[in-house]
Amino acid sequence: MTQHNGTSIPLVELRGITKAFPGVLANDRIDLTLRGGEVHCLLGENGAGKSTLIAILSGLNRPDAGEILIEGKPTTISSPRRALELGIGTVHQHSTLIPALSVLENLMLGDRRGLRLDEAGARRRLRDLSAQLGVEIDPDAKARDLALGHQQQVEIVKALWRGSRVLILDEPTSMLTPQGVAELAKVLDRLTESGQAIVFITHKLHEALSLGDQISILRQGRLVGHLTKEEIRIRSHDELRAEIVRIMFGEEARDIGDVAELREEVAGARSERHVPENAEVVLELRGLTAPGEGSERGVEEISFELRQGEILGIAGMDGNGQRALAEAIAGQRHASHGHVLLYGGDVSRLGVASRQKLGLRYVTDDRLGEGIVGMLPVGLNLFLKRIGEAPYWRYGRIQRAVVEGRAAELVREFDVRTPSVSKRVSTLSGGNIQKILLARELSFDPKVVVFHKPTYGLDVKTTAMVRALIRKLADGGGAAVVISTDLDELLELSDRIAVLSRGRLVGVVSNGPGAAEEVGELMVGSPAEAA
Amino acid sequence: MILASQVWTQIFWTSVIAGGLLAGVPLMFTALGEAISERAGVLNIGLEGMMLAGAYCGFLGAYYGGNQWVGYLAGIGAGILASLIMVALCVWLGLDQIVVGIAITLAGEGITSVLYQARFSAEQPRLGNLDSNPIPLLDRIPVLGKAINGQTPLFDQPLIVYLGLTFAFVLAWVFRRTNVGLNLRAAGEKPEALDAAGVSVVATRSYAVLATGSLAGLGGAYLAIAGTGGFQPFLTQGQGFMAIVIAMLARGRPIRVVVFSLMFGIALSLSTVLQLAGIELAPEVVNMLPFAAVILALILFARRAYLPPALALAYVRGAR
Repeated sequence: MTQHNGTSIPLVELRGITKAFPGVLANDRIDLTLRGGEVHCLLGENGAGKSTLIAILSGLNRPDAGEILIEGKPTTISSPRRALELGIGTVHQHSTLIPALSVLENLMLGDRRGLRLDEAGARRRLRDLSAQLGVEIDPDAKARDLALGHQQQVEIVKALWRGSRVLILDEPTSMLTPQGVAELAKVLDRLTESGQAIVFITHKLHEALSLGDQISILRQGRLVGHLTKEEIRIRSHDELRAEIVRIMFGEEARDIGDVAELREEVAGARSERHVPENAEVVLELRGLTAPGEGSERGVEEISFELRQGEILGIAGMDGNGQRALAEAIAGQRHASHGHVLLYGGDVSRLGVASRQKLGLRYVTDDRLGEGIVGMLPVGLNLFLKRIGEAPYWRYGRIQRAVVEGRAAELVREFDVRTPSVSKRVSTLSGGNIQKILLARELSFDPKVVVFHKPTYGLDVKTTAMVRALIRKLADGGGAAVVISTDLDELLELSDRIAVLSRGRLVGVVSNGPGAAEEVGELMVGSPAEAA
Repeated sequence: MILASQVWTQIFWTSVIAGGLLAGVPLMFTALGEAISERAGVLNIGLEGMMLAGAYCGFLGAYYGGNQWVGYLAGIGAGILASLIMVALCVWLGLDQIVVGIAITLAGEGITSVLYQARFSAEQPRLGNLDSNPIPLLDRIPVLGKAINGQTPLFDQPLIVYLGLTFAFVLAWVFRRTNVGLNLRAAGEKPEALDAAGVSVVATRSYAVLATGSLAGLGGAYLAIAGTGGFQPFLTQGQGFMAIVIAMLARGRPIRVVVFSLMFGIALSLSTVLQLAGIELAPEVVNMLPFAAVILALILFARRAYLPPALALAYVRGAR
């Protein structure tokens, strides 16, 4: 591992960066060197300390110890504005664009020169930067009307707007189609050619290997490995991959049989679940149409059949009607047309509670909002959907002992980490909250369960557990609809993948080799539709 | 039975428009103010209280200062003082905007009533008529340009009305074409993005609320000085709340605020107009009409109303 493999002074150098939050050492003596013309990949799982490091670089957090050298000079990055002045631009994982404003207005925001907006100047700057990136951006389009890939291009332009030389991309591929990722790679190429230094954060190993000139691996707040340009060039991908997996997960690697990247390691070993052709149809949608809410899209004419033992993935980028579909199946949203059939019986007119009792369940993506009541204890949250029912309630009174006893069982069964069942749910971590939702929806004889982004924002272990539960449900005679924006997840779980685009199902693909590309094509849509 | 031709005369229309303008101008000032803070993400329920503070102080200023302009300035000052409470509690400390707004309204109603009763209840003084400024040429239009029943002719308004109309256009330009306007909109749409762009959300919202207070104060002062020529307790009769509705229906767009304000102004001045047309209604029914108009407008246009996503949410850096 050479620190200086060139004569030039690195653009940015981090030395011994340490940052502690209450209870966690998020960054522990991290060294990092960023050079112009290179893509430096930061690889690590959730909670490895990537985000903290980025927050320090972009001026959102200050390190407790360590120093930052910019072009060799020790510098303090005291605020996001200071970071921009120093030439460090960041594209955050979550969009910072204002949906209701135009692209141009988003880019001009924060300009302090004069009272009048310099629209003509901004147009010129946008033209130059898009030419540099090789992309086309409509300056007058509202940000909310842009596809995610285009929104990201605008974010990149925004990060470069004030002449950044270091561009930080935080999990930039998490929302993109395979085609979108390819386009992003081209943009990065052009940027490095022009001497830009790029920090590329990801937890996907194959991206790091294909895009990175340097790879640094973080684990539990420490820099545990570094691969230089030379190493990446001379060693075979398989060899590198094996080494990175070992570094990333250490001894744990054997326990987590389920990490997306490891799955590639054991390609073929994926348990080939087989759904018999003649299996019973448990859920059928016939021309289901449900309105959107506010700015969010509805769904039109959705039809599919789900057989016993099957896992149907619903792919599509966020905002294409996922929530409307999930809620219309669950009964939380009134369908304007069409039918939902459960075991051949029409449940379209039934409410949430009746469908719930028939075994049709919904694990929401809005865990904190509609999923739980944060102020209530774990125990009550587990029985939210059975309020008033015996034996938990009798004569309108809660049977505390029964509820807590059963809750304790569920907590054990689903491995919810909580000091007690009387603890307020809002004090638990996201992963444990998701386990509570799963415990609630997957108990009392579930038959068909709709999972909406079931692993979004969860750590590796919880993710593995959630996926195992979904598989267990299907193997045990149930069936699942998994709605997710994470294509890798769907490829791992599903038997078939349907693609939701602009509120319609545009195609169904059987999972197998080549499915990723096919799904990607469908997500992007035909040129006529994309217009 | 009244023949339609008797009612829909030119005289009728002139008085409808002139009356609408008279009653609509205080609404216009106040709703323009609300449009500013609403777009910046602060819902100002205290508008009614700020209007009353402005009305009372405006009346005091005009009465003791002997000049309408002293009155308007006093009204603006009172509005700013009242909105400072909102700035401190809601923008700086992040308290609930609705609770604080209601408190300001109640306080404004109570304090101005008590002060007026204590000082003026015996005399109930009136203010004199205002100088008005005819628009050259337009005031010579037959019928439309003439005074009817002693009302101000349509094209012969106090200067402050022209200033207010001009201000609406200036405000539209500010929203659309300036950094300040863009910052305001960003503060209401997505304050964290504004913060990330290096502009202080707290400062932006503070200025917006102060602007709202000054305009509500001016609206109240106009109501006292030009509208009724004096102060009475509860003078505004819910106009502050009407202004909130107007700003929402107008989606915070200044020009639309003006149009909607005049429409509500017409509803407010209906009693005079109906008398003119020879239709007798119980005063209770007539007094109810503006509020019926509000409800009707809400039913008809509720879907058109647009509220910024961050409206009424306190901004705390780093909280998600």
